[in-house]
Amino acid sequence: MAGEVKTKLSKNLLRMKFMQRGLDSQTKKQLEEEEKKIISEEHWYLDVPDLKEKESCIIEERSFLRCEDLVYGRMSFKGFNPEIEKLMIQMNSKCKEEEIEENDKMEADVSDEEMARRYETLVGTIGKKFLRKRDQRVLKDDDEDEDDEEGNNTKPSKRAKKMFLKPQD
Amino acid sequence: MAVERGTAAERGTPAETLVGQVVLPGDLLLLPAHYDEDAEGERLRLSAGAAPLGRLLCGPGLKRSGAGLLVTTCGLLRHRPGGGGAYWVDSQQKRYVPVKGDHVIGIVTAKAGDVFRLDVGGSEPASLSYLAFEGATKRNRPNVQVGDLIYGQFVVANKDMEPEMVCIDSSGKSSGMGIIGQDGFLFKVSLGLIRKLLAPKCEIIQELSQLYPFELVIGMNGRIWVKAKTVQQTLIIVNILEACEYMTGEQRKQALAKLSGN
Repeated sequence: MAGEVKTKLSKNLLRMKFMQRGLDSQTKKQLEEEEKKIISEEHWYLDVPDLKEKESCIIEERSFLRCEDLVYGRMSFKGFNPEIEKLMIQMNSKCKEEEIEENDKMEADVSDEEMARRYETLVGTIGKKFLRKRDQRVLKDDDEDEDDEEGNNTKPSKRAKKMFLKPQD
Repeated sequence: MAVERGTAAERGTPAETLVGQVVLPGDLLLLPAHYDEDAEGERLRLSAGAAPLGRLLCGPGLKRSGAGLLVTTCGLLRHRPGGGGAYWVDSQQKRYVPVKGDHVIGIVTAKAGDVFRLDVGGSEPASLSYLAFEGATKRNRPNVQVGDLIYGQFVVANKDMEPEMVCIDSSGKSSGMGIIGQDGFLFKVSLGLIRKLLAPKCEIIQELSQLYPFELVIGMNGRIWVKAKTVQQTLIIVNILEACEYMTGEQRKQALAKLSGN
């Protein structure tokens, strides 16, 4: 009785997502094949010989821009609109600029020497950051010791150890 | 001449002989043999080791047809050597046909939701998305009102299709495109004069630039926008540019001399 009920289920119903779990592999395959058949039958194509694409040496161009070397359409003269004047130079010398750039490299804002000098001092400051507090103090002590050797100890020594002062009776 | 034309239309004339002369629609221009070689010929030439020539540019006013080029507009045939060479027809037409990549001045005629409608002088108004401005986002809309002038570039310009404009370049920068300032003066000239003005080292522009400070926006659709410090100065520039169409170089120089004398 149960088997009869199963056969009565329509194909469309069996194809639904929630029915797929319960299906056995054979019926699944059968359904897939049928589906493929339907797709291939529905697919149609033109029954004509392939068009031979002939490569041509002529390009059609609808724009005057590529024929005549036209300049950019915004202009400003004698400093009326400085923004546009800057843009004009930029737009109208695009091809020239590329050549120039190849010849001499962009002028750097900071010269190499200055950069090296800055780094020299930077190494110390940044290096300090990565040291532990104790090491930092050692470094500082060394510096101050040098100062001490120079002569009078003018600075009230911060590092005078705070000691317990015995109250006087 | 008429007889010659007849033969030209039937059999074609070598393109080189017509450079700088008037051509009419229907004329057939013949090209040197290496341009109409078929694929087989090409292969032979390549195998022979000859350096392949650059491609020939068939510019506005010309159409590729079989062996040569067919003329579609009347005007003077122009040629530019270099690369593969280029042929085009220089015509004095007034009707603008949108072309991809052209910079034009449009007038906003409507605000329709996401796009603006722009009158560019073509057969159809162009559309301009509100997102196609520099720095525009969905929340930050550009302040564009009906009647504003916009300098932009065509990204879509097919026949039978609505042309589409943008006010940014491929890197997202405006590079001078966008709304043109409030005041100033807009007028129309022929497309031929526009090309004359936009040519590098144009004499008219160079002479005008000596006069006084002013600003100029030239659209490929024949519109020119001028702004100077005073209305009078603006109108002088406008009149000179309008008159340039019908003046010879000598006459123009005289007119300018008169102005600078004042």
